[in-house]
Amino acid sequence: MGLFGKTGLAGIIHRIFGKKHAKIGIYGPPNVGKTTLANRILMDWTGEIMGTVSEIPHETRTAKWKRNIKIENGSSSLYFDIVDTPGIATKIDYKDFMNTYGLSRKEARQRAKEATEGVIESIRWLEEVDGVILVMDSTQDPFTQVNVTILGNLEARNLPVLIAANKIDMEDASPATLKAAFPQHPVVPISALTGYNTDTLYSTMVKHFGKRRWWKRR
Amino acid sequence: MTYTMVKRQRKSISINLVSKQKLDKLSSQEKLDFILREIRQGKVLVLEQGLTPLEQTALIEKTMKEIEEDAFIGIEMDGYLAEDKATLFKRLFGVIRKPGLTVIGPADLIKTIRKDENIIQTEILAERGV
Repeated sequence: MGLFGKTGLAGIIHRIFGKKHAKIGIYGPPNVGKTTLANRILMDWTGEIMGTVSEIPHETRTAKWKRNIKIENGSSSLYFDIVDTPGIATKIDYKDFMNTYGLSRKEARQRAKEATEGVIESIRWLEEVDGVILVMDSTQDPFTQVNVTILGNLEARNLPVLIAANKIDMEDASPATLKAAFPQHPVVPISALTGYNTDTLYSTMVKHFGKRRWWKRR
Repeated sequence: MTYTMVKRQRKSISINLVSKQKLDKLSSQEKLDFILREIRQGKVLVLEQGLTPLEQTALIEKTMKEIEEDAFIGIEMDGYLAEDKATLFKRLFGVIRKPGLTVIGPADLIKTIRKDENIIQTEILAERGV
């Protein structure tokens, strides 16, 4: 249970100095490892998993939500609701699923239809979250329009964002490129697949999303 | 901005340069309607001043609603946002970055090859036929 309702000295201190409960959306383009990261967070702190992962893009086509995950960082902790969102894209062609991934026409059409609905759902969730972990593939060019659009949107909403530079277990990963590209936001290099450096991610989550933001508009 | 013609199967491809004044006269919703209408007609637009991040997100949402099998697979969009220094006011109330030069078109017609702080390199894939 979150600590919003908690009374007493601890509750007062938390209200003055910071949040104890935050709803965090995991966002990013398709196939950057959002669900792998959500699974990693859940496995590390609850022993559960969020959803299935696949090499075929748009595996997650509806947002999945787990509540009240307690993440600790030394003596401090924060309760999170984690929302794993479908990948955001500007184009979806069912033929890609057929030609590149070998799906049947029927499967490809269904996947494409659900993927478009998933993108819409992801965008609508932006209204509901307190902060965002933006997952980027550190083997890819960070200046994609989806990354830039999501970041610009979050900045306009004044929502805190933490960039998870994922897939650093890959040979051609370059998390330094991401850090250089987005110096205004915390960037944590991780491998959601192997769990490498997720301790740093968790401590950064507690610090970054637990900050008191008295200027927050929503 | 560099355009590379990959195949020349089309008789012509319309690339419209849209002035800031034209878009300034439109509301956000009218801008999105205008842009999607043009794109769905197979035009590539170069906007002197593009869309704000909130408008871009709304455009993506609207695009998803309009995707049709074999007719419209979505958009390709790339542009710049003006650099903004995080003043105290902006930290308090959110940073609305001003949009800059933007190229936008049908996803089956254009493809961004490379983008850095100075150049957006876009290929026009003239495979769809006019």
